[in-house]
Amino acid sequence: MVRLPFVLLFSAFLFSTGIYGVLARRNAVMVLMAIELLLNAVNVNLVAFASQLHDITGQVFALFVIAVAAAEVGIGLAIVILLFRNRATIDVDEVDLLKW
Amino acid sequence: MVGALLAEEGASAAAAGSNWFVHHAYVITLLPFLSGALTLFFGKRTPGKGPVYGILAIGAGLVLSLGVLFSFVGGGGNYEQNVSWFTIGPLHMQLGFYVDGLTAVMLIVVTSISLMVHIYSLGYMKGDVRYTWFFFVLSIFTAGMLDVVLASNLFQLLVGWEIMGVCSYLLIGHWYEDPANSGAAIKAFVTTRIGDVPFMFGIFALIFATGMTTSNIQVISHIVAGGHVSTMLITVAALLLFGGTIGKSAQFPLYVWLPDAMAGPTPVSALIHAATMVAAGVYLVARTFQVFVSANPVALHVVAIVGAITLLMAALLALVQNDIKKVLAYSTISQLAYMVAALGMGEAGYPAAVFHLFTHAFFKALLFLGAGSVIHAAHSNDMKDMGGLRKHMPVTYVTFMIGALALAGVPPLAGFFSKDEIILAAKDQHTYWLAIVLLGGAILTAFYTTRMVLKTFFGEYRGHEHLHESPSVMTAPLMILAAVTCVVGLLGFAPLGAPFMDWVYFGAAPEHAVFSPLVALISVVAVGIGLFWGYRVYHEYREPDPIVRLGRFTTILEHKYYLDDFYWERIVRPVRDPIAAGVYWFNQHILDGVVNGASWVTMRGSRGISWFDRTVIDGVVNGAGWSMELFGKGLRTIQTGRVQWYAVGLFAGVIALAIIFVRT
Repeated sequence: MVRLPFVLLFSAFLFSTGIYGVLARRNAVMVLMAIELLLNAVNVNLVAFASQLHDITGQVFALFVIAVAAAEVGIGLAIVILLFRNRATIDVDEVDLLKW
Repeated sequence: MVGALLAEEGASAAAAGSNWFVHHAYVITLLPFLSGALTLFFGKRTPGKGPVYGILAIGAGLVLSLGVLFSFVGGGGNYEQNVSWFTIGPLHMQLGFYVDGLTAVMLIVVTSISLMVHIYSLGYMKGDVRYTWFFFVLSIFTAGMLDVVLASNLFQLLVGWEIMGVCSYLLIGHWYEDPANSGAAIKAFVTTRIGDVPFMFGIFALIFATGMTTSNIQVISHIVAGGHVSTMLITVAALLLFGGTIGKSAQFPLYVWLPDAMAGPTPVSALIHAATMVAAGVYLVARTFQVFVSANPVALHVVAIVGAITLLMAALLALVQNDIKKVLAYSTISQLAYMVAALGMGEAGYPAAVFHLFTHAFFKALLFLGAGSVIHAAHSNDMKDMGGLRKHMPVTYVTFMIGALALAGVPPLAGFFSKDEIILAAKDQHTYWLAIVLLGGAILTAFYTTRMVLKTFFGEYRGHEHLHESPSVMTAPLMILAAVTCVVGLLGFAPLGAPFMDWVYFGAAPEHAVFSPLVALISVVAVGIGLFWGYRVYHEYREPDPIVRLGRFTTILEHKYYLDDFYWERIVRPVRDPIAAGVYWFNQHILDGVVNGASWVTMRGSRGISWFDRTVIDGVVNGAGWSMELFGKGLRTIQTGRVQWYAVGLFAGVIALAIIFVRT
C-alpha cells in the first residue's frame, strides 16, 4: 500500500505542471491538455482520499470528473477548430478581442 | 322670519294700524341689492341675460311700497326701527329705517319709475355690449336711492347717496369707448363731489350739535328744535347740507354736470337724471327740514334765492338747445329749482315742493322715455334731424304730448297742480318777487316745451332714417306713465280734499287745503302766454332757429353764460394742471426710479448667481464626471483581453485565499 503523502505530493506535482501549462503555453491545444492535467491531479486526490478513508463517494466523484472532462475537451477542441478557421491561428496571445 | 334679524332696539311709535308692510319696509331696500348681486353673478347665465332679477325685485318693491303707502294712509303713523351699527366713544351709530308720509311717497316714486325704466330698457338696450352690467348697475342704483329714502340717520343716508353717485358715474359713462362720454361721467362725479364735501361737514356739524352722540335724523330734529343749540351752528349746518343739494340736484352754481350727463343711455337719464337721484337733493332738504327752519332765516333765503336763480338760468338755457335730451335736462334743472325755491319758502312751501317732486318724477320720466323712443327711431339726438314724427310714431307722440303739457302746466295734468301749489304758497307767504320769478319760469317752460314738441313731432321729417314705432316693451311704460301723469295731479287738488297734503306736511297737521281760483287763473294765463308765444314762433320750421333774433343774448346762452368756460379756465385747469405735472414728475422720477432700481438690483443679483452656477455648481458636476473618466482610464489597462493573464489573476486569488484560510 502506497502511503498517502506520496500520492498527494505526486498529485501536487501534476497540478503544478498543469498550472504551468495553462499559464505559459501559447498553443491552445496545449492549454487544453494542461487543463486535463489539472483535472487528473484532482482525480488522483479524490481516489487517494477515498481509499484512505474507505468512502466510495470520492471514487464516484472521480468518475463524474472524468465524464465532464471528456465533454469539456470536446467543446474546447471545437472552439479551437472554429478559432483556427476564423483567425488561421491557435495562439492564445493573438486572440485578444475582449480587451478595451 | 327675516324681521328677527333686526333686533328691535329703540323701536318707536308703533302706533295703531302700523302693519307688516311698514315694519318690514327695509326689505324694499334689500331686494334690489339682492337682485344686483344675482344679476352680477348669474346674469349672463340666465335666460334673457339677467334683467329678470331686477324687474322681479323692484316689482316686489313696488307692491311693498304700495302696502306701506296704504298702511300710512290708513292712519298707520310714523314708524322707526334701528339696530346698533358701531360705537365710537359717545357716538352711537345705528342702521335703521324711518317711515313717514314723505318716505311713503318717495318709495312709490322710486320703485314705480325704476320698474318702468327697467321694462323700457329691455327694448332700448337690446343688443347692447354691456347689457347685463347695465341692469346690475340699475339695480344697485335703485337700492342706493331706496336706502337714501328709508335711512333713519344721516350716515346711512350718505352711504346710499354715494352709491347713487357711483352708479350715476358708471351709467353716464356706460358707452365709455367715446371719450366725450367718459369725460361727462368724470365731470358729473367730480362736480357732485364738490357739493358732497360741504354735505359731509354739515353732517359732522349736526352730530356735533347733538353732543357727538348720534346722527339719527329724528333725534337731531328734536334737539335742533329744542332751542339749546346755538342758531349760528344750526345755520352753518343747514347751509353745508344745502351744498349737497346744490351738487346732487344740479342747482346754481353746480348745475353744469347735468346737461353733460345726458351722454348716458336715455333710460338712465329718465331714472337717475330726471326722476330720482337729482330729486334726492330736494329730498335731503325736506328730510332735514327742521334744521333749516330752526336756523337763522338767512338759510332759507339762500335756498330760495339759489332756487330762483337756477330756475330762470336753466329755463333760458333750454331755449337754445337743439339736442332734445339737453332741452329736457335744462328743464329738469329748472323744475328742481322750483322745488328748491318752494322749500325756501319754509313750512308753507314744503308740501308743495314734495308734491312737485312727486308729479315731476312721473312726467319727466315719461318725457325722457318718450325722447328715448324718438332717438331710438331717428338715430339722432338733434331736433334738426326730426320733425313730423307725429305720423310715424303715434303712441310716442300722444304720450309725449301728455308729458309735455304736464311739464308746461296745462290743467288738469300733473304739472299744473304742483306748480300752482308752489305759486300759491309764494303768494300766501307774501314773497311776491318769488311768485313773479315762478310765473316767469312758467312762461319760459311753456315756451321751450312748445318749441321742443313742434320741432320734434310737427312739420315735415328732416332726417333720413326709416321711421318706425318703438316695440311694445317700450311703449307700454310710456302709456302707463302717461296715464299716471293724467291722474296724479288730482291728489293735490283742493276741491277733492288734496289727500297728498294730508300725507306730507311739516309742523302741525295742515288745515283744510284751499283752492285759489285767482292764482290758478294767473298761472293758466302765464302758461297760455308761453304756449301761444311758442306756437307763434315755431309753428313752421325755420332755419336758423328764430331764437337767434335775441342777438348777443343768444350767444351768451349758447355759451351757457360762459360758466363752463370759467370753471374750465379758472378752476379745473389751474387745479388740475399742476397736480398732473406733479404726478407726472413723481411718476417719471420716483416711481420709475424705484422700478428701474429694482430691475438693476435684480440684474446684478442674477449675474452673481449665474457666475456661481457656471463656476461652482458646474465645476462640481463636471469634476465628478472628469474624475470618473480618469479612474476608468486607469482601470481599463488591466483588461488586456489575454485569457492567460486572467487565469494568472484567478490562480493568484486562489493562492491568496488559501494562504488566508491556512493562517486562520
